[in-house]
Amino acid sequence: VENVKLLDRYANRKAASGTLYLTATHLIYVDASAEVRKETWILHHHISSVEKLPLTTAGYPLLIHCKNFHVAHFVIGQERDCHDVFTSLLKLSQPVKPEDLYAFSYNPKMSKENREMGWKLIDLKLDYQRMGIPNDYWEITDINKDYEVCNTYPPKIVVPRAATRAVVMGSSRFRSRGRIPVLSYLYKENNAALCRCSQPLAGFSARCLEDEQMLQAIREANPGSSFMYVVDTRPKLNAMANRAAGKGYENEDHYENIRFKFIGIENIHVMRSSLQKLLEVCEMKSPSMSDFLTGLENSGWLRHIKAVMDAGVFLAKAVGEEGVSVLVHCSDGWDRTAQVCSLAALLLDPFYRTFKGFMVLIEKEWIAMGHKFSHRCGHLDGDPKEVSPVFTQFVECVWQLMQQFPCSFEFNERFLLQIHDHVYSCQFGNFLGTCHKEREELRIFEKTHSLWPFLLQRKQELRNPLYRGFTAYKELQPNTLPFSFQFWCGMYNRFDKGMHPKQCVLEQLLSLVSHKVTLEDDAAQLENKLPLLDGPLPSEGCSLPKAGSAAPRAP
Amino acid sequence: TNEWRLSCVNKEFSVCSSYPPVVIVPKCVDDEALRKVALFRQGGRFPVLSYYHKKNGMAMLRSSQPLTGTNGRRCKEDEKLINATLRSGRRGFVIDTRPLSVAQQARAKGGGFEQEVHYPQWRRIHKYIERFNILQESFIKLVEACNDQSHNMDRWLSKLEASNWLTHIKELLTAACLAAQCIDRESASVLVHGSEGTDSTLQVTSLAQIILDPRCRTIRGFEALIVREWLQAGHPFQQRCAQSAYSNSKQKWEAPVFLLFLECVWQIHRQFPCSFEFNEQFLIMLFEHAYASQFGTFLGNNENERAKLKLPQKTMSLWSWVNRPEELSRFQNPLYEANILVIWPSVAPQSLQLWEGVFLRWNRPSRFLEEAEEERINIIKYNKELQAKVNTLRRQLAEMEADEEVQEEP
Repeated sequence: VENVKLLDRYANRKAASGTLYLTATHLIYVDASAEVRKETWILHHHISSVEKLPLTTAGYPLLIHCKNFHVAHFVIGQERDCHDVFTSLLKLSQPVKPEDLYAFSYNPKMSKENREMGWKLIDLKLDYQRMGIPNDYWEITDINKDYEVCNTYPPKIVVPRAATRAVVMGSSRFRSRGRIPVLSYLYKENNAALCRCSQPLAGFSARCLEDEQMLQAIREANPGSSFMYVVDTRPKLNAMANRAAGKGYENEDHYENIRFKFIGIENIHVMRSSLQKLLEVCEMKSPSMSDFLTGLENSGWLRHIKAVMDAGVFLAKAVGEEGVSVLVHCSDGWDRTAQVCSLAALLLDPFYRTFKGFMVLIEKEWIAMGHKFSHRCGHLDGDPKEVSPVFTQFVECVWQLMQQFPCSFEFNERFLLQIHDHVYSCQFGNFLGTCHKEREELRIFEKTHSLWPFLLQRKQELRNPLYRGFTAYKELQPNTLPFSFQFWCGMYNRFDKGMHPKQCVLEQLLSLVSHKVTLEDDAAQLENKLPLLDGPLPSEGCSLPKAGSAAPRAP
Repeated sequence: TNEWRLSCVNKEFSVCSSYPPVVIVPKCVDDEALRKVALFRQGGRFPVLSYYHKKNGMAMLRSSQPLTGTNGRRCKEDEKLINATLRSGRRGFVIDTRPLSVAQQARAKGGGFEQEVHYPQWRRIHKYIERFNILQESFIKLVEACNDQSHNMDRWLSKLEASNWLTHIKELLTAACLAAQCIDRESASVLVHGSEGTDSTLQVTSLAQIILDPRCRTIRGFEALIVREWLQAGHPFQQRCAQSAYSNSKQKWEAPVFLLFLECVWQIHRQFPCSFEFNEQFLIMLFEHAYASQFGTFLGNNENERAKLKLPQKTMSLWSWVNRPEELSRFQNPLYEANILVIWPSVAPQSLQLWEGVFLRWNRPSRFLEEAEEERINIIKYNKELQAKVNTLRRQLAEMEADEEVQEEP
């Protein structure tokens, strides 16, 4: 469609005319008016809403909101064109069947072997090995290989050795959706374990011997502590309300030696609404400082981020400092539980702050453990009440940690944004569906590509130039006083380039770091050519040996 | 340019007690005229040159409010003075840092504003900057909010908003951008004033120069800016920087006017991290010395007082210490790359952040941020050394190859 303007939040009057293209996968806007041709690409899968705005003197406006917070305001010359684009985008952005998703048609030039190897890049068994599992207390069991225990868990789960088959099956009947307590992270140094599950079907008074034995087995797997924590990440009121529906939480009287605690993170509906309000604040045209801060406060967004962070900190402290095992759950154990367990692991273990480690963390605590990506991210045309920015909040917590600990992560902000983009893009198979069973049924591993090799290839742009290495920091102990949390402009106003610093320090440092490699090579080559060298190379330098032992030449 | 001259009319501080002994005025205005203009401006602060924009020859002047009063008094010499800075046929802008209503009310007390009928070539813009006493309230509230140890996000955001501190930052940056735009984009001369011309006026003129003039972003240039636009220009440091945010007694003249300016520089620095020769620590150091210092630089309220106190004889200058190489190395910005650009900061709320280095300095550990700064410095330093080494090696190789050629000639 020709004669289309793309308005930004400021230069409304002087926007140039360009051309809008719709392909099978993307919307592409080309502005060829200036010297440099400018293209704006929007993936259809990223579109969360398209609206027709009232007619203006400039034409027929179309407002597109994207799941990665890109907001595109087009003005189309002709009404017929506008309507056509509108209906096309509605259809293209809401695929109905999983097979319609981009991942099934995405076909980069790659051999079959490479594609398959891409899926094998992340092996969770190696991470358990890293924790020392299997060991005397914990084992990887394939009791769930046919999903008899839980159909949203992976086939292989880690349970206490002392838990018999009967205990596992009994516990699965007593937990919502069969999501029994399993190991998330084992802190080798003190045997304290972080475990996760879903809410017990306790109602007001029901008990289950096997479930009590399961918790006992977990507790006894940590001989260094006489008790364990059971943490319910819901607000107390919500958990109590669940009891009326036959679910609820653990009664300290029924379970030996547990200390029970509510942490109070709000549910998916509250979070969806909070993000909506935050985005409204971000979209305000020329807000005053007051408008912005008041809007930020009213959205509650940072309050929720802090709640998730506080929970992660509590878990990390219990395991790392107190040496006490913790069992965490929310309602179904696939939203808040995933957030706080992965955050705690990140705080405790520097491995998860590396590229590989972070990929493992997501594969383990989110993908394998059945976070319902498809529903939460609205991949297909489904129930809007299931959509919620649970993963987004986790990613933001990681970003907040990066602000406090700039040298502790191997990767940079862009890595997080790329992952976040692709959770919604459906270009790769990792985040399709809701659990491992469904991914197998959709034959993801045969028909699609894995995101991780794609990102690893781009390591040079996604790395953190200030990273001090794996051993520089052990546990992270973030400050969670309210002033420690910043507004993430790079995520929620990502495409408002005018708002960001005009000179990008990250770019500068990355280019210096890559230039360093070139310089080091040059220096080595020159050194080899020159028989005599005065003075040593700079201290950080390469330790390539001098060439030969040719005698110095006479001048 | 020879359109300007140095005037020593104030060398005894008799024309204006808060001005320095030497000021820059248009060449065509003589000292007698200046005396008359001084009678027409509050506190004798007649319009003087603050900044000359070489790129297009435009000028920024500053003064205090004209004493038009209720009778619409005028002063032809004042009109001639500022008109002399206009290019033929072009107009200028008067940026009044008071709201229109306040400027109008000022007439009842003998003050006022430049009336269109007498200044037809000047367009007046009212760009409100908060008065200094309000700033102090704001400052106290912000510091109190930062010290609140309750883990309540809503309360923090609410207190931050209620302090209005960031609002003042946004307002000041906007005003400075406005002044800079008039000069650079509209190619017009500008006159800035508030009431007394010693607070918001100086904030605007000095910040506008940070935007317009790359030299003000060098260390020496910034020091000179502070000396010119704050110390010599007569900002009453002694009155404004006596107590800071914790004192129980409410000082009438106390206000963090200079701190607000420094913070605006920091906000711009954050948005243009490669455009400043100095780093954040430099700004924090200046903030500290303005309030309490073993050096005499920030003592007194103006040059007149400093002369009377015999400060140059009895005290040491901050600059003499700061500019020593071993001290200066702590304040340098490793990312600095000299450029000649005018830099335009964003004043969107999302672009402005709380200055943690000042307000949260004692509330959170700095170790991790310091380590990050060390890494940045190391990366840059190492690359520079490598580059230098590669250059040296290349030269040596070239020389050696040249010698070989000579030797191989039959």
